[in-house]
Amino acid sequence: MMAAITSGKAGAIRIRPAVNSDLLALIALDEEVTGLAKRKYWKETFARYGGRRRLPRFFLVAEQQGRIEGFIIGEVRAWEFGEPPCGWMFAVQVRPKSRLKGVGTQLFEVLCDAFRRAGVEKVRTMLARDNHLVLSFFRSQGMMAGPFIELETTLG
Amino acid sequence: MKLQKASSFALCAVLELAGSPTSQLSGTEIAHKYGISAHHLAKVLRDLGRAGIVDAVRGVGGGYRLAVNPKRLTLFDVIQIFEPVGPQSASMDDPELATDAGCALRMVLDEIEDHALATFRSITVSTMLKLMARRPWADSQRFAKTSRKVASGR
Repeated sequence: MMAAITSGKAGAIRIRPAVNSDLLALIALDEEVTGLAKRKYWKETFARYGGRRRLPRFFLVAEQQGRIEGFIIGEVRAWEFGEPPCGWMFAVQVRPKSRLKGVGTQLFEVLCDAFRRAGVEKVRTMLARDNHLVLSFFRSQGMMAGPFIELETTLG
Repeated sequence: MKLQKASSFALCAVLELAGSPTSQLSGTEIAHKYGISAHHLAKVLRDLGRAGIVDAVRGVGGGYRLAVNPKRLTLFDVIQIFEPVGPQSASMDDPELATDAGCALRMVLDEIEDHALATFRSITVSTMLKLMARRPWADSQRFAKTSRKVASGR
């Protein structure tokens, strides 16, 4: 479990676990950014990662003055392809008007702290090569290419 | 992977200017610090100026300063001024590239270049400054070997 973290300033960003009442705001934020409403996906994702749970799964939101400005989701995954447990980040989003104000960095740092408390030493993510915005964000947090190569094929 | 000298010099200059945002630096100062040709760097700085990446400040105490936000300027933005970066469309004038072997080879080379392009596009000058401050290579075996080779002149 994790407590909410704030910077203590007026109007400061508060990072806390997502709760059920955030769901509609999260769906709306994702639709604002991606242009797609994915209600079923977000309900399933929240059921799996949301709330205050003891499993090493984290769904964090950044709240400012009662409004959700961003979120990040991650979990600890163990022994995939023989790799010891590591933190996986697989979704991050910040409202376009709130970017370049440290919201994403705070979400990233709080999730990293949660991973550290879960006992892992590495954090990984995977995203599209042409997603320059989010690639740049993770790079700015010090992430570099890891030891894996992602492969795929089309099923005939 | 190796960059052309002009790209490498341009990145040194841009990183140096981004690291001193409140002052202007002369080309000679930058060239001296990196041990590179002042004449060659002057040409590179002119190209960077034409691209709107640096501003030349004239007069006493003048020099160059970065003209853009280092959080928005990527390695790709700088390198692509001096050399082609990323997958090159195959020239069908080369007969071997029109064969199945040539097409398969082109696909593999394009995959490598796609990765290089994504890397250059996603690393900003600001991120490079953070990397330089962190110095992760200080603990790297690979960089230690390179340093020893350089030190021993091999």
